Order: sequence, then C-alpha cells, then structure tokens
Amino acid sequence: MEFGLWQVWEGGWIGAILRGGSITIAVAIASMLGGFVIGTICGMIKWGRVRPLNYLVDGYTALVRGVPELLIIYLLFFSSVEFVTRVATAFGYAGLAESGYAFVIAVIAIGAISGAYSTEVVRGALAAIPQGHIEAARALGIPSLRIFRRIIAPQMLRIAIPGMNNVWQVTIKDTALVSVVGLQELMRTAFIGSNTTRNPFIFYLIAAVVYLVITLVSQAGIDWAERLLRLRSRK
Amino acid sequence: MDLELIGQALPVLFKGLKVTAVLTFLSVLVGFNLGLGLAIMRLSSNRAIAGFAKYYSTVFRGTPLLVQIFLFYYGLGQLSFVKDNAALWWVVSDGARCAVLALALNTAAYTSEILRGGLMSVPAGLVEAAQACGMSRFLRFRRIEFPLAIRQALPAYGNELVLTVKGTSLASTITVLEITGYAKRLMSQTYAVFEVFAIAGALYLATNLILITLVRLLERHLTRHQAR
Repeated sequence: MEFGLWQVWEGGWIGAILRGGSITIAVAIASMLGGFVIGTICGMIKWGRVRPLNYLVDGYTALVRGVPELLIIYLLFFSSVEFVTRVATAFGYAGLAESGYAFVIAVIAIGAISGAYSTEVVRGALAAIPQGHIEAARALGIPSLRIFRRIIAPQMLRIAIPGMNNVWQVTIKDTALVSVVGLQELMRTAFIGSNTTRNPFIFYLIAAVVYLVITLVSQAGIDWAERLLRLRSRK
Repeated sequence: MDLELIGQALPVLFKGLKVTAVLTFLSVLVGFNLGLGLAIMRLSSNRAIAGFAKYYSTVFRGTPLLVQIFLFYYGLGQLSFVKDNAALWWVVSDGARCAVLALALNTAAYTSEILRGGLMSVPAGLVEAAQACGMSRFLRFRRIEFPLAIRQALPAYGNELVLTVKGTSLASTITVLEITGYAKRLMSQTYAVFEVFAIAGALYLATNLILITLVRLLERHLTRHQAR
C-alpha cells in the first residue's frame, strides 16, 4: 500500500480516529448548546435594545465576527493556561491541566464564537415575528412572561431553524481549530497519526471524510426535522 | 498596559498585516475566478459538469479549512506524481503558496454558491431578449447576466471576503508568519496576551471594515440608477 492504508489498520488508528471523532462531536454539541444560550440572551438584549447592555452585545458580536477564530482561541488559551494550572496545583490537582481542561477551554472558546453567530440569528428571528401578535396578546391582558413562552418563543424557534443550521455547520468546522491547543479530537488524532506513521496524506484524507460525513449526516437530520415541523404546522 | 511592549509589538504585527493582505488578495483573485467558473458549470445542462461543480462545493464546504490546508501542505508532498511535477511541487513545497492554494480552492466553493444564486436571479426574459437580439453567448454573459448577477450577489460576497481574511489566520499553522502567526509568537514570548490580542484584533477589524466599506461603495456604484 503506497499511502499507508495498511498502517492505519494495523496500528489501530481506526479506533483512535473514531474516538477523536466522538470528541469532536461532543465539543460541537456542547459549544452549540452553550452558544445557543448565549445567543438567546444576547439576541433578546439586542432585539429589545436594553440600553447599556446592547452596546456590550454589539461589541461582542462585532469582535467575534471580525477577528479570526484562531486568534480568539489563542487569547482564551494563553490567558487562562497559567492561571488554571496555578489554581489546580494549589488544590492538589496537578494533572487536571492535561485532562479535562483542554476540553473545557475548547467548549468555552467555540461556544463564545458560536454564541456570537447565534445572537444574530435569534435577533433576526425575533424581528421577523409580526408585531401585531405581541400587541394582540398584550391587549388580551396576557402576562408578559406567558407572552414570551406561548407567542414569542415558539415562533422564534421555528424561524431560527435555518439560521441555526448554518451556525451548527460552522461550529462543527470550527472545532478543528481547537486541535492547535492540544485537545485530542479528530484533527489532533490525524495530526498525531500522520507524525507517527509518516503518512500524512491518508490521515488527513480520513479526517476530511469523517468531517464530511458528520456535516452531511447532520444536514440530513436537520432537513428531516425541518420537514417534520412544517408538516405539523400545516395541520 | 505596557507602552514599551506595544511599541515593540506594533511593527511586528504590521509586518504580519502585509502578509495577511497578500494572502487575502491572491486567494480572492484566484478564488473568485474559480468560483465564477464553478457557478457557470453548476448551471450547465450537462449533468456531469453540473454534478462535478456540486460535489466540489459539497466537499470543500463540508470539511474544515484547517483539514484542507494540512492535507495540501503535509499530504500532497507525499504523492509521487506531485513530487515529480515541478509546477505542483513549487506550490506545495512552500507554506505561503500552499495556504493560497487551499484558501483559493475553499473560497471558490463558497463563491460559486453565492454567484450561482446571483445568476439564477437574472430574469429569464432579459436573457431571451438578448438572445433575440442576436447576442453571442459570451457577449450575453458579459453584458447581461454577469452584471445583474454580481449586483445581486455582492452583499453576500462581502461576507465571504471577511471569511477569507479570517481564513488566512490558519496559514500560521503551516509556518507562514502573518498577523496571527506573529501574535502567537509574541503571546508566548512576552505573556502580554491581552495587549497582543488587542492590537492583532484591531488590525483584523480594520482590514474587514475597509473591505466591507469598499464592497458597499461598489454596490452603491453598481446600483446608482436606483439612487433616491
């Protein structure tokens, strides 16, 4: 085998790649959920123009969307690594810095990036809700918390699905960037594999295929969910 | 904030800005033309040609740019036909050239989707009218379809330009020293993480702001007939 396909099989790399792939998916899902929470809060602040806070949110989204993700990851990683190591050592967990820490910092970084994009999606979805619906609910004397729960939130979620789909696709691809700070996800596994066996071509090709499968499968799943929601709303 | 440190970091990061600008310019130049070609292929009635363009864009948009850069930089050098071909080896052997290759191919995929949308929005009647006037296929594209499509696609293409600028930061992972590459080096040398990030981030934000403004101006120029 010219490309070292045999070495990939022989060296047990298939298992390592699958493990890396599942870590990638875990980071992506955790960051997406975190980003969705950030996005919902910040999107509502932006939509409702909550005075001093909306300037902060504007700054946050402008910064994240204008500055490369890699630079943000470096910022979060380098600024926290020393601090966290010191705290962990003080509490007697010297090994913590290697195990869970990379995962946590990866989720924080990717979640912050994903949150900025989610903010824009949520704001757009909220702006797309007809103002008359909210006014009608208010005229009926429904309390504002219930207006949010029964009128705003269900419409917002449905309108936001296509935008959230885009954010999800970007988030999956962004997780590859955290490999540069040492979290052993799919990309990092491919990097280690290619260095060990000296067959970079096959390893990065496999990584590319796994990423492609993840994005295509999730795309199909989202299409299906979207169809389901639309069908139910027709009845 | 350490003024001396900022004075030291600023010239270094400006040196990186030049590399970032060159990387962006070359990738956009190649990527736009490739993307235009792919968009036309995508709308071709030949199933094979349209299918190729579709799969190209699915593959390049479905995988992270970092994987593509690593695959080209570390992977292609392993293949014997790339090693034997002088032109290919020239591209793959150098980090900056390889980054431009990967970025151009990547942005071409996104550009093709944007331009395809623009081309599809051109009213069929206009194309038929041009046909009826006896315009050749090329003239029709140059005079009717392309100007209308680009007008439609320009706002989305502005976003893609910003993404390309952000994408150049990944070149730092294959030894190219541009803004992010220098920033990482400064962060690990001086530990002044926030100061370095602030300067590097400001440079990126300024670059993107200038690009977006240029696109807006071009857009206004192209739609000047609609000016109120």
